[in-house]
Parts: sequence; structure tokens; C-alpha cells
Amino acid sequence: MDATTLSRIQFGFTIGFHILWPAFTIGIASFVAFLSFMWWRTQDPVYGSLMRFWIRIFALGFGMGVVTGVVLSYEIGTNWSGFSRAVSNVLGPFFMYEVMTAFFLEAGFIGIVLFGENRVGRGMHFFACLMVASGTLFSASWILASNSWMQTPAGYSIDASGVFHVVDWWAAVFNPSFPYRFLHMVCASYLTGSFVVAGVSAYHLWRDQHIAASRKAFSLALWAAIVLAPLQIALGDAQGRNTLQYQPTKIAAVEGLWDSGDGVPATLLAWPDMTAEKNRFAIAIPHFASVYLTHSWNGHVQGLKAVPSADRPYVPLVFFAFRIMVGCGLLLLAMAITGGVLRWRGRLFTTRWFQLAAMATTPLGFVAVIAGWTVTETGRQPYVVYGHLRTLDAASPIAASSVVVSLLLFVMVYNLLLLAFFWYGARIVMRGPEDVSIHPNAVRPGLEQAGPAMVGGFLNKSPSLAGE
Amino acid sequence: MDLPLIFALVAAGAVGLYVLADGFDLGIGLLFLLAPREQDRDLMMESISPIWDGNETWLVFGGALLWTAFPIAYYVLLPAFYLPLMIMLFALIFRGIAFEFRFQARLFRRGWDYAFAAGSLLAVFAQGLVLGGFIGGVPVESEMFSDGPFSCFTVLGLLCAVGLVGGYALLGAGWLIWKTDGPTQIFGREVGHAALILTAASMALVSAWTALTVPEVAERWFAWPRILPLALMPLAAVVAIVLIWRSLWGSNDGRPFVLTIVLFLLGFGGLAVSLWPYVVPRHATVWSAASDPATLRFVGTGVLIILPIIIAYLGHAYWVFRGKTVLGAGYGSRGAELHVGRRTAASRNELHLS
Repeated sequence: MDATTLSRIQFGFTIGFHILWPAFTIGIASFVAFLSFMWWRTQDPVYGSLMRFWIRIFALGFGMGVVTGVVLSYEIGTNWSGFSRAVSNVLGPFFMYEVMTAFFLEAGFIGIVLFGENRVGRGMHFFACLMVASGTLFSASWILASNSWMQTPAGYSIDASGVFHVVDWWAAVFNPSFPYRFLHMVCASYLTGSFVVAGVSAYHLWRDQHIAASRKAFSLALWAAIVLAPLQIALGDAQGRNTLQYQPTKIAAVEGLWDSGDGVPATLLAWPDMTAEKNRFAIAIPHFASVYLTHSWNGHVQGLKAVPSADRPYVPLVFFAFRIMVGCGLLLLAMAITGGVLRWRGRLFTTRWFQLAAMATTPLGFVAVIAGWTVTETGRQPYVVYGHLRTLDAASPIAASSVVVSLLLFVMVYNLLLLAFFWYGARIVMRGPEDVSIHPNAVRPGLEQAGPAMVGGFLNKSPSLAGE
Repeated sequence: MDLPLIFALVAAGAVGLYVLADGFDLGIGLLFLLAPREQDRDLMMESISPIWDGNETWLVFGGALLWTAFPIAYYVLLPAFYLPLMIMLFALIFRGIAFEFRFQARLFRRGWDYAFAAGSLLAVFAQGLVLGGFIGGVPVESEMFSDGPFSCFTVLGLLCAVGLVGGYALLGAGWLIWKTDGPTQIFGREVGHAALILTAASMALVSAWTALTVPEVAERWFAWPRILPLALMPLAAVVAIVLIWRSLWGSNDGRPFVLTIVLFLLGFGGLAVSLWPYVVPRHATVWSAASDPATLRFVGTGVLIILPIIIAYLGHAYWVFRGKTVLGAGYGSRGAELHVGRRTAASRNELHLS
């Protein structure tokens, strides 16, 4: 294999591995900030205990995100010098602003979040949590602005040597696909986060431990899910329609649509055959793709054959990744609705099979995020800056053997990291949040002297003691 | 307004801050396995765990700044240093993740000790190779790097690597003297001597070797009237080295660290004399490499407004964790678990007042 292909594999692998952690930490950071706020305002020790528990898990994920993210900022130069040369005027500033508004903000306050609860007041601790959560969102906005600019470039001119220059910063940052991609990704992160919280809490509920904290977290997670899951589908629809307008070839690959037409069918499953330029074993619903893409019965959709075969992405990858993403999204929606129904019937915390289901669906958010990025990134090919810079022209003049070595190392090291993350993460999860009710005097000194009536009142608020 | 010049200064400042800030926590990693007791290692790591992430962010900042302001340096030098940079990234992964995992580990604690120390050593070594390669210059053809993957493994690079190992270890020892007390501080004082000798020797060697093998640099230093003011720099370095030597067992705990920073700044100044105004040595200058004025203005506005705020809150983070580090006072996972529930809130607070 040549250095370019190897670099593509390496970049795809490292960025795919990296995106797992932001997807995780964006949601959890906001959750931690929420818990910290409630702990500060309500003094309810359940919030304090949950906050400390989720900070521990967040710390692991955040560390993974930092170390795998540093890699990317250098890989763009080491492996993609053609790209760096062409777009430095446009994307360099975006990265600078990301570092300045996001990375430093996170790094400056993460120490206080992790280690400083006892050194600063609760209000300051909440502020630090809020800064870290904002940092994750600022980071997402700059990096998604960069990615969206590569998908739908705007506000630029190109000179004779192929270097981009910015003529309108506003247009470049708020390029046509940025708002859609940003909202879709942030919502995905929140949804992923809520199902992680739901899954972990379900595990404790299932084992009848840490009941008070786990009920609270389970309930919060499923409230979030029932708002976010339908919202995410609406946002996905909006982004799909945006993509249809600016990158019709990508949508054609997503739909497995070869011939342009009106009232096109939605292909549920098929094997897109690139050489024969048609689908094998297709199961399709007539008119349906036009309905959801154009919101009209006979809407026009462009097919893959509208562009020469050299300008098409590798269709099966885009096609199947999209179906995996949508499948996960629908499953999560079903879970959210089921949770809502169970809550309405008053059985949210006692339905055993639902706890098992919540544990089983924990990884689906991550699967959907990876699949979604596969759709949007491989669907952009063969371009790296859509319509202007081909991936082939973006690579560095480096030896293939160097990339082979680094790629193999990345695969080994990242798998090791993942293993260690699961090992230590599982241990934190299994240990669970501290049980506030075991030592009421640890939280409210002197309570034990207040007499059985007050202690009883306290215990009634935390039903967990009955089970311990 | 000379925007490229301003950005060159910002870039130099960022690199300098990175070297000093990540320098001392990489230095802690270099000294990690040399520390005699497990408790020293716990204390060493705890003294830097709240701030290492902020220190390493300057590395990302430097990379992004290079790409934005002087793109040719980014897309020529990074491919040229492919292997050392990859080694550095892998090393930083192990080192960074060891912070999170070591606190959790029981069985593999020793393993994460090694990951932390080896990661730090490799990262510093790779940075030395890059520095040596940078001073020596890289071959460039039609605006792209044109040589093999191993061209950066040079004698100068190895010398720089040894020098950085010594210098970072010295910074780390200075940090330990400043931020810890008891046996760990004594360890810092003891190991500081060895680090200082290594630093001084390799600074001399790197200077001599550069003067011998890179004629453009030699000409800079030894041209006649210029040599008089320039000779003050090595002299000042010698003075700094002597002062550090004397301060290692002195009564002022902060002094070795501060003096080491001065020594680093002198070294940095020496580099500036050797290489100014090139961003790709002997090929692209600060002015020929600068990106669009529009880009520089757009980023410059942000740097002007945001960077002071960043420095303020990073300083605040150092202030929150001021004073001598106390073992077991902090970490959200192990600390909380050890202390919460067994102590009252009052005794938890007391722990931090001491």
C-alpha cells in the first residue's frame, strides 16, 4: 500500500478512536456541571455523591480524549502536509481559537474539578465544572466549523498554487452545514452520555445497591433521553436535507441511489454494486426517500450516476454506516419511549428487564457516533475539501514504511488503552457512588444526636438504607 | 504594524512557556523511578496532577500557532520529523494516561510507574531529536521536505536530547525542592546535582558541536565586533549554573527552580541568536513564511484578548494548589474513597488547612 492509503487508514483509525471520548465527555461534563450545581444549591448529599462518582468516570474519559487529541493536531502536519499547505489560512485560525477558547479552559479548570472540591467553595467548584463543560462545547463548535468548512467550503478564494485565502470570516465559520452538523453532534453526545448514565445506574439498580443515587441518576438520564432522542431524529433529518442541497453525491451514496429521479424509493437494505452501478438484493419502499429527503411525494433526488465514477465515494461503506447509525438511533428512541411509559405507570425503577435493556443499549450511542462520522467523512471522498482538494493531493511526502510502523503502533497502543480504560472504568462503576446514608454524620455532623425522629426523617428521604 | 514579527514573538513565548511548564512535569517523570520510596512517587505525581494538562496544552497551542502563522514550518518540519514526533506522541499518551490510571491501579501500579517514567523519557528524547534536527536544518525541495525518515537521527540531535533530559530533570528537581518537603525534597536536592552536571556538560557540547558542524551558526557567533556582547550570554549561563549549584541546599526552596528557568531562558536566547529570523532554518524566514495578513489579523485579535485571560486562570489554578503538596489531599477517586465516610466533613477540611 502507498503512504497515502496508509495515512488515510491511520487518520481514520486515530480520529475514530478519538471521537469516542469527546462524544462521552461532552455529555458527562454537562451532567457533572448540573450535579455540581444541584449539590451547591440544594445541599442534597445524593447530588454530591453522584457528582463525585461521575467526576471519577469523567476523569478517565477526559484523559483519553486529551492524549488521543494531541496526536491529531500533529498528524495533520506529519501525514497531510498537502492539506496543511492548502488550508492553513482558513483552518489554522479555527484550531487556534479552539485551543484558546476550549483546551486551555478545560485544562485550567479540570484540576479544580478533579482535585479541588475541598480547596474551593461549592460555588467555585460549580463554576469550574461549568467552565470545563463550556470548554467541551466550544471545542465542539470550532472543530465542527472546521469539519463543516471541509464539507461545504464558503467565504474563500483559491490562488493559482491551490492555496485557500479567506475573504469572509463570518461565512467561513458559519458555513452552510455548520449549524446542522454542530447541533446533530452535540445532541448525539448528550444522548450517548444519557444512555451511559442510564446503563450504569441500571446496573446498580439491578444489583440493588446505591439505590438512592442510582434512582436519581436513572431518572435524570431517562428524562434527558426522552427529550433528546426525538430531537436528534429531527436534527438528523435537517442535516440530511442540508447535505442533499450541498453534497448530493453523499446523499445518493447514503440512499444507494444510482439514477437521478422524481419520487425515488427508500432502499432499506441492499448490496450496492459499484462496478455494475446498481443495487443487488434491494428491499425498497416506493417514494419514501423523496418524502423524507424533500418532504414531497415526487421530490427530485440526484443519483450517483450524475457524477463520473472517479468522483464517487466508496458506496457500500456510506450505505451501511448510515443504516447502522439510524438503527441505533431508533433503538435509543424506543428505549426512551419505553422509559417514559414505565415512569408514567410508576414502574421505572422496578422493571428488571428494562434495567437489563438499559445496560445493553449503553454502547449504542458510541456505535451511532462512529457510524455517523463514517457516513459524513467517507461520503465526502474522494475530496478532502469538497469539490476542491482531492485526498490524493493532500498527503505528505513521507515513506510508507514509516506510516506502517506508526499505524501498527497506534492499533496496539489504542487497544491497550481501551482495555485499561474498561478495566479501571469497570472498577469505578462497580464500586459505585459513595453511600451517603451509611454515614449520615459524615455529611451532617451532629445529626446522630438529634434523636431518632430526625434520623428517621433523613432515612425516609434516602430509601437506600432499607436495602443496605 | 509588523504582524509576522509579533507572531514570531508570540510563538517564541508559547514554545518557551511549553518548555518551562511541561519541562518540570516531564522532569518529574524522568526522576520518577529514581525516587527511593513509593510515597515519594505518590507525592511527586500528586504535586503535578492538577496542572500537567494545562502545561501540555501549550504544545497543542504551539502546533496550531505554527500552522496558522507560519504554515511552511508546519508542513515542512512535521513530515521531516515524522518518526521522532510519532515517538513523542506515543510517549505522551502513555505518560498522560498514567496520571489517570495509576491512581486507580492496585495490581499494575508498578506498570503505570514505568509507563509514566518511560513515556516522559521518550518524549523528552524525541523533543531533543527534533530540536537538533531543527538547528541542523532540513533539506527542502519545491516547498516540501525531501529526505528519508531517519535523516533526523543526528549527533546534534542526540546531544540535544541528552541536554533536554538533563535540563528537564533539573527543572523537575527544582519543582520538588519548591513544592514538597521532607524526604522527597531531600531527594530533589540530591538528584538536582546530577541533573545540573548533565545539563551544563551537554549545553557546552551542543554549543561546541553546532559551532563546528553548522558554519552559518558559527559565523553568527564569532563575527568580530558582535562576539563581544554575545560572549556575555555563555558567561551569564556559567554564573547561573554556579548559583543553581549553591542554591540546591540553600534555605530558599523556590530559588533553584527560578534559577533553572533563568538558565533555560539563556539557552533559549542562544538559540534565537543562532537561528533568527528563520522558521525553517536557512530556508524560510519569519516574513517569507507568514500566512495571509487577513489570517494573522483574525487570529491576532483573539490572541490579544484571550491569551491574557488564559494566563490569568492558569495562574489561578496554580494558586488554588499553592504551598507544599500534601499526600492524599486530593484525588477525586482514591482520595475521596479513602477519606469520605470515614472522616467527618470537619476533619476533611482540616486536612487541607495544614
